[in-house]
Amino acid sequence: MAFKTPKTLILGAIIAVASVSGLAFAAGGGVHGDYKMKHPDWSFNGAFGTYDRAAAQRGYQVYREVCASCHSLKYVSFRHLGDEGAPFYLEDYPNPSDNPYVKNFAADWMIADIDSETGDEIERSGIPADYFPMPQPNEAAMRASNGGSLPPDLSSMVKARSNGADYLYNLLISYDSPKPGDVELTPGLHWNPVMEGHKIAMAAPLSEDIVTYEPVETMDHGEMKIVDAPAATVEQMAADVTHFLAWTADPKLEERKRIGMMSIIYLLILSVLLFLSYKRVWRNVKH
Amino acid sequence: MSGPSTYEPKYAAAKWMDQRLPIIRMGADFMTFPSPRNLNYWYTFGGILALCLVVQILSGVILAMHYVADVDKAFASVQRIRRDVPFGWLLQSMHAVGASMFFLAVYMHMFRGLYYGSYKAPREVIWILGCAIYLVMMATAFLGYTLPWGQMSFWGATVITGFFGAVPVVGESLQEWLLGGYSVDNATLNRFFALHYLLPFVIAALVGLHVWALHHVGQNNPIGISEKTKEDTLSFHPFYTVKDAFAIAVFLVIFAIFLFYLPDALGHADNYIEADAMKTPAHIVPEWYFLPFYAILRAVPSKLFGILLMLGAIVVLFILPWLDTHKVRSMRFRPIARWFFIFFIFFCFILGWCGAETPDDLVFTVGYKPMISDLALYAQAIGQSVPTGEALTAFSQDALATCRLDGSKSLTEYCAAKPYGLSFYRLSQIATIYYFAYFLIILPVLGLVEKPIKRPDSITKAVLGDGKRGAALVPAE
Repeated sequence: MAFKTPKTLILGAIIAVASVSGLAFAAGGGVHGDYKMKHPDWSFNGAFGTYDRAAAQRGYQVYREVCASCHSLKYVSFRHLGDEGAPFYLEDYPNPSDNPYVKNFAADWMIADIDSETGDEIERSGIPADYFPMPQPNEAAMRASNGGSLPPDLSSMVKARSNGADYLYNLLISYDSPKPGDVELTPGLHWNPVMEGHKIAMAAPLSEDIVTYEPVETMDHGEMKIVDAPAATVEQMAADVTHFLAWTADPKLEERKRIGMMSIIYLLILSVLLFLSYKRVWRNVKH
Repeated sequence: MSGPSTYEPKYAAAKWMDQRLPIIRMGADFMTFPSPRNLNYWYTFGGILALCLVVQILSGVILAMHYVADVDKAFASVQRIRRDVPFGWLLQSMHAVGASMFFLAVYMHMFRGLYYGSYKAPREVIWILGCAIYLVMMATAFLGYTLPWGQMSFWGATVITGFFGAVPVVGESLQEWLLGGYSVDNATLNRFFALHYLLPFVIAALVGLHVWALHHVGQNNPIGISEKTKEDTLSFHPFYTVKDAFAIAVFLVIFAIFLFYLPDALGHADNYIEADAMKTPAHIVPEWYFLPFYAILRAVPSKLFGILLMLGAIVVLFILPWLDTHKVRSMRFRPIARWFFIFFIFFCFILGWCGAETPDDLVFTVGYKPMISDLALYAQAIGQSVPTGEALTAFSQDALATCRLDGSKSLTEYCAAKPYGLSFYRLSQIATIYYFAYFLIILPVLGLVEKPIKRPDSITKAVLGDGKRGAALVPAE
């Protein structure tokens, strides 16, 4: 059993990691056999992934115009849209509450509030400090307007499903995949090969040109760039809204990977220095 | 072995302190502690574990400043930590990934103890304290996992607290007392938070005793031969401080890879969904470090017996010093025991795998058996109606007899092909039997009959390699 012991340590760690990561794939459910999942090369994948701001901006538009009527985004605030790493970040406005995009988008939404003088319930336009409002005041109202099903909150949806971004994208584009003959759908349910159980209460939300895309302005390495509007196909809108929801689920992704790279380089250099120190301390010692 | 203290205070202030509380003396003695010179990297996990405990406590205390233990606010407070608290995302990931790293290190540390016989006389108390630390770690981890109040948090808590209901006679009252109600709810979450904050300090106290016992008896070593002369040992500082520091740096690289690049790989996606008492997840699974015990729990049909077996799997560790009676410590010199130990590790991984899967699923399919998919269709085909009552069984059997299969396809329209093979249920039974057999049968028997191979006379002789067979097994580093 005379392994080179640093190798044993790493070997043991790899075994542990491999066996544990294998378990991560052991999640239940599964896509219907006939449907082939598409795995787009998301810009945020990989060790150096970043968010495609233009896609995330278009995704916000899709959320606003299509999804927000039923789905809440309750853990995201308007000011988050202007944070560093966020789709609408502008270098000139380090405080996102001053960001003109953020202020405009916030004003777009009506927020339920109490009139501070009369105590009446009112609706006022949003300010950056507000959070995305619920489409209905409570769960019962949400169920009533959606045939008894509760549309889930989308703030962390991409993290709440294994392989979240791919799952969400494929869910949105697979509505027209052929339904097997022996599947019975009660009224109100729709066939979807990606959804757990393959029956989903949401009707296909996206259709060609349901949203009118316009060119978007984004910061790219400190410069403002204009990105042309792509065709609003179902795949394009699905990819964009997935991009946006990936950001809402993990707004710190870019910061995390950046700090991670520096930390790991630091730790690798530290390991080398400590290894050399170890060799030096032990050089004349029989062991 | 602990010997007289060699510390001589040099400064007036140090002398003053030494007369009142010899804590500097304790630190100095730790640094000069004579440790065997032949320790390998398996012995660095103790230091790594101390680091893990400190990381968990520091990150946990800061998280506790932002976390709210109320069923309506807990999930939201964790979201706030991840999104708005400066570096909250780092602290939360550090704490969650840190828990997994803590268990990874503790399993390596325990496997080291099992292989080198570190639980044998005179180290039984160190081992038992270690098992106690492990038990409290498991409790702490379980309590901590419920705090984010995701779906897995809630349902995992429901499953585990359900165990207490299995205790005969007092079970139901005991469960209600622990829960603070009839089901997992706000009272449960609040007390789980209080206990989760408390237990790490219990762990710290047990670690203090664990290290004290170790320093009294002396460190074991890979050949299991006790230190005989001063030549056998080296001062802990600088030799083992620098080696531990290197091992910690490598450990931190692995920690960092998970923390920054794979933060959710070791968790479950369902825990990003808010807890909903009305919706049970399709698969309730604990975190990976509990999976082997989860598999043992589900290896028998009886709830109470499953719980007793699961607890027994941990209790058996406590009594190990009295189960393995072989006079040779290290399995380096016990070639038969070594093979059984390798199988033990293998079956631990198998148990972990079984814990992640559904018991009814198949590990592999051996073949297909026919089963009736639509009895009404058979009745229609033979022009009869489906009988009720006692005639139904015979009718179903007649239907089954007419089924024809071609591999995994059914050639008869009212039949289906049901795969059969080794289920995870059976596999976890096999692995559980080996787990208990290893401790309760194999080790005691080997203790009586195994002939060890020749051991070196001392650590120094083994390190110098004086031609004895045992010396060849010492790593050449």
